[in-house]
Amino acid sequence: MEWVNTVVQGVLLGGLYAMFATGLSLMFGIMRLVNIAHGDFIILGAYLGLVVVTTLGLSPLLSLIIVLPVMFMIGYVLQRVLLNRTLGTDILPPLLVTFGLSIILQNILLEVFSADTQKLPAGELGLSSITVTGDLSIGVLPLITFLVSVAVIGGLQFLFYRTELGRAFRATSDDQETVRLMGVGNSHIFGLAMAIAMAVVAVAGIFLALKTNFDPTIGPARLLYGFEAVIIGGLGSLWGTLVGGIILGVAQAIGAQIDPGWQILAGHLVFLIILIFRPRGLFPRSVD
Amino acid sequence: MNILDVKNLTAGYGDFQALFGINLEIGQGETVAIIGSNGAGKSTFLKSVAGLLIEHSDDIVFKGENIGTLPAHKVVKRGIALVPEGRRLFPSLSVEENLLMGGYNKRKGPWNLERIYSLFPILKEKRRNPGTALSGGQQQMVAIGRGLMSNPDLLLCDEISLGLAPTTVKDIYDALPTIQKDGTAVLLVEQDINRALSVSDRIYCFQEGRVSLEGKPDAVSREEIKAAYFGM
Amino acid sequence: MSAIEQMEKYSVARSTTASKGAAVVSAFILIVLISVPFWAARSDLRTVVEFAYYLSLAQMWNLLAGYAGLVSVGQQAFVGLGGYMLFVLAIYLNVPPIAAVFLSGGIVALIAIPTALTVFRLRGAYFAIGTWVVAEVFRLGFAQISVLGGGSGQSLPATIVREIGSGRSEREMIIYFTALFIAVLSVGIVYWLLRSKHGLALTAIRDSEPASGSLGVNMFKTKLSVYVLAAGVTGVVGGLIFLQKLRISPEAAFSVQDWTAAVIFIVVIGGIGTIEGPILGTLIYFVLRGLLADYGSVYMIVLGIVAVVVMLKAPQGVWGLLANKYNLYLFPLRRRLDRKNDLER
Repeated sequence: MEWVNTVVQGVLLGGLYAMFATGLSLMFGIMRLVNIAHGDFIILGAYLGLVVVTTLGLSPLLSLIIVLPVMFMIGYVLQRVLLNRTLGTDILPPLLVTFGLSIILQNILLEVFSADTQKLPAGELGLSSITVTGDLSIGVLPLITFLVSVAVIGGLQFLFYRTELGRAFRATSDDQETVRLMGVGNSHIFGLAMAIAMAVVAVAGIFLALKTNFDPTIGPARLLYGFEAVIIGGLGSLWGTLVGGIILGVAQAIGAQIDPGWQILAGHLVFLIILIFRPRGLFPRSVD
Repeated sequence: MNILDVKNLTAGYGDFQALFGINLEIGQGETVAIIGSNGAGKSTFLKSVAGLLIEHSDDIVFKGENIGTLPAHKVVKRGIALVPEGRRLFPSLSVEENLLMGGYNKRKGPWNLERIYSLFPILKEKRRNPGTALSGGQQQMVAIGRGLMSNPDLLLCDEISLGLAPTTVKDIYDALPTIQKDGTAVLLVEQDINRALSVSDRIYCFQEGRVSLEGKPDAVSREEIKAAYFGM
Repeated sequence: MSAIEQMEKYSVARSTTASKGAAVVSAFILIVLISVPFWAARSDLRTVVEFAYYLSLAQMWNLLAGYAGLVSVGQQAFVGLGGYMLFVLAIYLNVPPIAAVFLSGGIVALIAIPTALTVFRLRGAYFAIGTWVVAEVFRLGFAQISVLGGGSGQSLPATIVREIGSGRSEREMIIYFTALFIAVLSVGIVYWLLRSKHGLALTAIRDSEPASGSLGVNMFKTKLSVYVLAAGVTGVVGGLIFLQKLRISPEAAFSVQDWTAAVIFIVVIGGIGTIEGPILGTLIYFVLRGLLADYGSVYMIVLGIVAVVVMLKAPQGVWGLLANKYNLYLFPLRRRLDRKNDLER
């Protein structure tokens, strides 16, 4: 029973990791950009939530009313002003610029908020749980996190396959030159893609901050979890990303059950094993 | 008034110059063909007009406006559509989605999905298939339909018969009168000289980045074309 | 004309007036550096050692990213491994410390082989993040090894410290010369590699990879060799770093900020894809760090901003700007960093 409990906690944790991953997946899918500062933006989202919660007294989930549009705009401006200039055939500029951003952002957060750990007050939500059977109970907050993650992925899936903007995203992903002949401005489309990715990052940041203590240095680890979920799931598949996140979450939960020091390590090792045996992930898109 | 006036256009890629002072004009509703051997600069010219090529002199006047410095996505909004060489369908989009992408800019005009489907009925049948699952001829129909969906005043077609069987080419060119009927001007780049002569009001022959011959099809002789084409 | 004469003619043709001048100047600088321990203050000595290991790390990262197209953000894996190997060899296997530094590099190179076979499955930017995952695995793994001090780390026992040299100043001098040797070695290795027939192959790899997207067998071998070589030298540097620090912990050993971020900024600012770039970049890094020493983490922010601006506005780096302006090529090897922008105007 203890193990069932562990796996269930892992699955729910995986939802959060899937949220880390979808932003990355989106950016790579549409503009072949890998944003190394992704994890640090998640932490930025968490800090923005903290500022909103402490200054306006809103509840953490309500703080998204402000944090989400702010992150959306940061994403759009960042892409138009900075990242679009790095895109091209050479992978170095985007990689190094976003790596630089990661270090800059971490240290700015450190200067502004200090290295003290913070947490968003989860209140009742953090304490309550649903008892399934005698031994198995599910925390309400992890459950909500998971459901939100599924909703986010479902929403993105809808956006991608059922809307005009999504069609333009997919066309851009296929052929960046030809799509311009259709009247699609790459810079704007890339800006929107980054903006949407950052909106997801905002949600992920708030839920992360409700779940755990955070400080300015924990961004890169979140980048790695998201990245691992993307690769495990297979590039280009959003639902695959959810499965990737769940596998990672379960691996970490089982690792932690064996020895608390093994939580993160177990996740990384499962990722490396999958990379060795299934380098294209579990659900690769048929063609790249 | 001409719909397109190109004066002394030079263009190139980096250190390589592909066009050396091209003068070309297209009248309202006119069909013009460009012929020439490989590397004569035909595709470069179309790309310059469509705004895909950055490095060119900026003397392209379309409907009285200089569009020489506009990027491709703004050029298409002014009413120029390019059917690119090699069709360039979006592989992860269905036939219908490919066509809808053509209408992304929402220009008003006679073309919509229904009219494309009546022009190329086979596409309606295959509208749920991925664009790339179609035969070459059908893919070309999608590419042309996608171009028309933007309701252009000028349609640029780059080698639309390349690599297709003669009967398929005929099917595609049979659509031309319908396109012209609405007053859409057409600029074709065509390797098949006979085809070019038979469908166009005027032809231009390019040779090594220059216009080597220009005239109405019945006013130019075979010998003149040969000389202009091969530079003999 | 004999073959030897022909070869000599070639090498003369390759060098420039600037490079001959540079050879004289480098020799002079080297002599000055050798004399440093006999007149400089103890803190200066430490700074030169630090300079030497940053220069070496920068040369190795540049070899990977600037020449072999392998952009790693996980080089801290090999710095940390080198450091830990030094401690293992010196404490548990009684290897003399200085020998242990170099032996550590060999062990790290061996560990780099399976590492490479794993991360080479990822392409481009994903390769970069994959190398970071590996570094994290090592960091978390060493935190679990209690004989090596677990998460809190351990110090080099006094008996072993005395093995380096009996007195403090003697120890410092030995570490100083080891550092100097390693720095010269790392520059020399890159120079030798690029002048050899592999140099051209390497440049071809970097330039063709984005287009081909896949690895041929020879390319794979060349990349693997370069990766393992860079890991080995980085491991030696890691050993040196923690020999100087005399204390190791997983956080310090596998720090991405200290051993990779700073190094990447050095190379980018100095000029990627050149030998001179990392040297100039290391100088700039030390100047900036010195100027901003009182402002905590601000120097990393400034460094990061400068690196981002350089990457966008002058991707060839400060050295590239100088070389173009004054036509300077101190090491007669030429390499250009091309950038193409696919976006609309």
